[in-house]
Amino acid sequence: MANEKSIILKIQRQPGPDKASFWETFEIPYRKNMNVISALMEIQANPVNAQNKRTTPVAWECSCLEEVCGACSMRINGRTQQACSALIDELEHPIVLQPMAKFPVVRDLHVDRSRMFEDLKRVRAWIDIDGTHAAGPGPLISPHRQALMYILSRCMTCGCCLDACPQVNSRSPFIGPSAISQARLFNMHPTGAMHKDLRLRALMGPGGVTDCGNAQNCIHACPKNIPLTDSIADICRQTTRLALFGSLRK
Amino acid sequence: MIPITATAEHTATDTVPVHFKLRKLHSLFGIIPVGLFLIEHLSVNSLAATAGGERVFNAAVGVLRGLPYLIVIEILFIMIPILFHGVYGVFVTTEASVNTGAYRYGRNWMYVIQRVTGLFTFIFVVVHLWNFRIASMINPDLHVTFDLVRQHLAVTWVMVFYIAGVLASVFHFANGIWNFCVSWGITIGPRAQRASAWACAAVGLALSFIGVNALLAFVGKALIISI
Ligand code: SF4
Ligand code: SF4
Ligand code: FES
Repeated sequence: MANEKSIILKIQRQPGPDKASFWETFEIPYRKNMNVISALMEIQANPVNAQNKRTTPVAWECSCLEEVCGACSMRINGRTQQACSALIDELEHPIVLQPMAKFPVVRDLHVDRSRMFEDLKRVRAWIDIDGTHAAGPGPLISPHRQALMYILSRCMTCGCCLDACPQVNSRSPFIGPSAISQARLFNMHPTGAMHKDLRLRALMGPGGVTDCGNAQNCIHACPKNIPLTDSIADICRQTTRLALFGSLRK
Repeated sequence: MIPITATAEHTATDTVPVHFKLRKLHSLFGIIPVGLFLIEHLSVNSLAATAGGERVFNAAVGVLRGLPYLIVIEILFIMIPILFHGVYGVFVTTEASVNTGAYRYGRNWMYVIQRVTGLFTFIFVVVHLWNFRIASMINPDLHVTFDLVRQHLAVTWVMVFYIAGVLASVFHFANGIWNFCVSWGITIGPRAQRASAWACAAVGLALSFIGVNALLAFVGKALIISI
């Protein structure tokens, strides 16, 4: 054991939502091909900190383990990414783990991302179908449009873009880039476009698309390579057009 | 079952939200008229950097002061837009945060500098107005002339403060044009945004040069004198 390599993890912990946070360091044995989740599992199996004191196991959230569910987002060495796809061999050491700062902490690295779900509801991020009768095949969508829609549809509500965005913070009601991008996606769909204006109006109020500061961190932070800044500017165009020409029609 | 009747919701939300109007007005005012005024102001200043220098500058100031309806123009097209842009801008800045430590991207820096230069320009404009415009309103004998400006700028720290003020306001304006193009949906993709960034940089560099050159001209240190 003594001559084996080990990994140092510095973890920002918090026992509960209203509790104070503190740092705890762990030293765990190195294995090949580890990722941050497997390192955390190591602590879970043997919750002893670097001072050789027994402690509570570190809590985190994960599900798919292949970067498609978005549950395991956390700050790794200061930047938010998925813990499951963060390979130990590629990280700078010691590894610093923190919960995302833009969401309420549930416990340790586990945060509550439900605001993102509320935001999706706010922009009507779905297509209305009443389902009482067969409406027949929908309108055709060009392959070019499908390709872009597919990219936009890959958002996994992981929160990386919100955590990286300087305009998303406790002093600002800004909805953040992901919901704006989803509004664009559903506005692109021929059936979804029937409720285009409702999505746009939701994004014209306080905390809407106007509150983006164009820092463009979001596009660098998104693990799904979603063209968020295009989406934001596109929604800017749609809202501007609605405001200018919508009111001129009345 | 989700009802498909959007009409009820539509009529309830059929006006442009006040928030949207305020943000768009803030963005528009930064370019028109405030940005245009900045260009005009720096151009008139630049008369100090001509062969005619003092005489030409004083003549131009005389013309401007003799404009008909000057007070209306000043209040409507300069004071109110600047005040709104400035005060609302300070409010917008309170919603910002800085994370350039973890996210060291050019745009993220521009985002921070845009806010810092905005706040500094606000202070600069207040001081500048106080020194010249307000002072000459309080004291009708005080005329803004080449000589008055020269006396001010002869003090080194005042000169430094003015150079900083010109550079801050020019940066804020040039980068503001870039932001304007995004937030009005003019430039959408990365290519278009890169092209507009170059254009805005060119505007910024040119205005910085003529602005600073004019300031230096008042103390006889102009880098270029045009004939
Ligand atoms: S571009 Fe807008 S949404 Fe994206 S990080 Fe910057 S401020 Fe946030
Ligand atoms: S847009 Fe990207 S970073 Fe943001 S929530 Fe979706 S997948 Fe995550
Ligand atoms: S566990 Fe699903 S993205 Fe990491």
